[in-house]
Amino acid sequence: MKANHGTSKAGRRTVRPAKSRSTKWLLRLYVAGQTLKSVTAFNNLKIICEEQLKGQYSIEVIDLLKNPQLARDDQILAVPTLVRKLPVPVRNIIGDLSNTERVLVGLDLIGHSA
Amino acid sequence: MSETDTQSQRKTLLKSRTNIQGLDEITGGGLPKGRPTLVCGGAGCGKTLFAMEFLVRGTLDFNEPGVFISFEETEKELASNVASLGFDLNDLLRRKKIWLEHIYIDRGEIEQSGEFDLEGLFIRIHHAIESIGARRVVLDTVESLFSGLPSPQILRAELRRLLRWLKTKGVTTVITAERGQGELTREGLEEYVSDCVILLDHRVNDQSSIRRLRVVKYRGSTHGTNEYPFLIDEDGFSILPVTSLGLNYSSSLKRISSGIPRLDTMLSGKGYFRGSTVLVSGTAGTGKTSIAAQFVEAACKRNERVLFFTFEESAQQLVRNMRSIGINLEPWMKKGLLRFHATRPTHYGLETHLTTSIKLINSFEPDIVVLDPINAFVSGQNQTEVKTMLLRLVDFLKMKGITAFFTNLTSADESIEITDVYISSLIDTWLLLRDIEFGGERNRGLYVLKSRGMEHSNQIREFKLTNQGIDLLDVYVGPGGVLTGSARLSQESKDDAEQLLHRQEIVRQQISLERKRKAMEAQIALLRSEFEAEESQALKVIGIDKARDERFTHDMARMAKSRMSDVLTKPARTVKNGKGIRGSTR
Repeated sequence: MKANHGTSKAGRRTVRPAKSRSTKWLLRLYVAGQTLKSVTAFNNLKIICEEQLKGQYSIEVIDLLKNPQLARDDQILAVPTLVRKLPVPVRNIIGDLSNTERVLVGLDLIGHSA
Repeated sequence: MSETDTQSQRKTLLKSRTNIQGLDEITGGGLPKGRPTLVCGGAGCGKTLFAMEFLVRGTLDFNEPGVFISFEETEKELASNVASLGFDLNDLLRRKKIWLEHIYIDRGEIEQSGEFDLEGLFIRIHHAIESIGARRVVLDTVESLFSGLPSPQILRAELRRLLRWLKTKGVTTVITAERGQGELTREGLEEYVSDCVILLDHRVNDQSSIRRLRVVKYRGSTHGTNEYPFLIDEDGFSILPVTSLGLNYSSSLKRISSGIPRLDTMLSGKGYFRGSTVLVSGTAGTGKTSIAAQFVEAACKRNERVLFFTFEESAQQLVRNMRSIGINLEPWMKKGLLRFHATRPTHYGLETHLTTSIKLINSFEPDIVVLDPINAFVSGQNQTEVKTMLLRLVDFLKMKGITAFFTNLTSADESIEITDVYISSLIDTWLLLRDIEFGGERNRGLYVLKSRGMEHSNQIREFKLTNQGIDLLDVYVGPGGVLTGSARLSQESKDDAEQLLHRQEIVRQQISLERKRKAMEAQIALLRSEFEAEESQALKVIGIDKARDERFTHDMARMAKSRMSDVLTKPARTVKNGKGIRGSTR
């Protein structure tokens, strides 16, 4: 997975593109190893975020294989799962995020752009 | 199915014992080891409980830790739910014997975009199994996935993969599923879980509920195919397999008194067989309970323990009523030999009745069990169920060698034999009480309808309740038919009078005979004296003749001597020995 990232914990990689503006969007992507689906999901998410939320987001990627306990704590079943931690309310999107429109609906972004 | 699966099936099927009461008997040793078992049923039929008990017993009894993946209830809810069954789940969780994991899915929060899989679930289950070294896994209502997550096609494929994966892990799995319309499960899970399918059912018949369990399928193993009633109570599941009891109990040759001496006589003089099943049936007010009470009293006097289930009267009322016929049961209750258990039959379902009865019997360990009356259970068309229940109870009692005493109320307008036909085959000794209406009064009659394995009387007896207990009397059987009560008494006194007359007649005849004999003897005496008189007369004449003869001979000899004759004349001798003398006596 490519991105400039600062590692906070094993298995967690944080993407912080801009520090100047306050981060309004906190997104977490749960994956299980470097599968095709998880790589696709990350890339799709990256593109969407760059288009819609440039400078306002941070992405945390969590590999459940390395940190299985988190699956329980965060109630993750399906993989990949994207969780919008902030802004509240929490929203979940599952899948490789290939359907951009559904991602935007899931993130509640369609209202913003339209 | 993969190659290894087919190979492992050729070997003898390994089974995981459950120690759930009765289940191992039905399945011939438990659930298939290392494979998934599907438990399906409608809402509230006990799926979760079944699964939980499988896990708890597994870890407690077989040291196989278990993972419980709950898709519906939270950990807290589950722990408090099973606490009511006597399982301390929290302790097991602390000791890492059980791993509880609640999987929360809220459809409203989830959006789908593109392909996904359930690797997260796999990771969680894997993590749970590894954490405690689990050998057993429960997925409680895995179908919740379908309502929680989009894309059923993906879910189906993933479930199939999950089950295969669990098999490779070698864990024995129980998967629960809601019952669907026309199918076993709502999502057709039975297609994936092909090893063992158990169906739970919860029915309400005539306002009382019956739970049933059926093993729909058990690949590679024989299993009981019936519907088995089961219970959920403070000890968890108990399934009561009819067939597991069977007919292989030993029979006692010992006999016990019925408490009524005349009744014992009717039963070849010794009473009932110990461990047999006795039924007293009759119409209302014929004294069924009294016969039972008399039997109970006799048993308590022999220092035997009696458990008395009464379904129509309270214990106090029964004791009071029995006192009126001279049977005092109270001392035995105080002594602890007699225990009453009074419940209304409608209080709970048949299965619950059966199981509570069996539990009570197990704890009290009686020699004799009385059920008064069994027909109280029959309501509507549930005779088959009642029969099954009684059958199981009877089998259970016979295995334990406990004598069973049932009473049964039969309706007056039907033939007694027909009314009771549904239980007849269970009964060893069957006493029938009937009322005999005659001459404006109603009396009780008793006879032995059947009594297996002993010679018994075919006579009807009049049955009387006195304040000294029960008394049996011979009924009057005569040309006028069977008479009881005062009709019998009057007939008997009539008979007595007749008999008296008859006896007098005999005496009279005897006297006259004696008189005749005397007359005859007198006549004989007379004849004898006449004869004697004649005889003496005759002897006298003979004497005279003889003397004359001798005189004549003597004279002849003297004459010859005087004539100097040389030869004595012969004629004298001829006269003496021949005809001459007889002729002269005439």
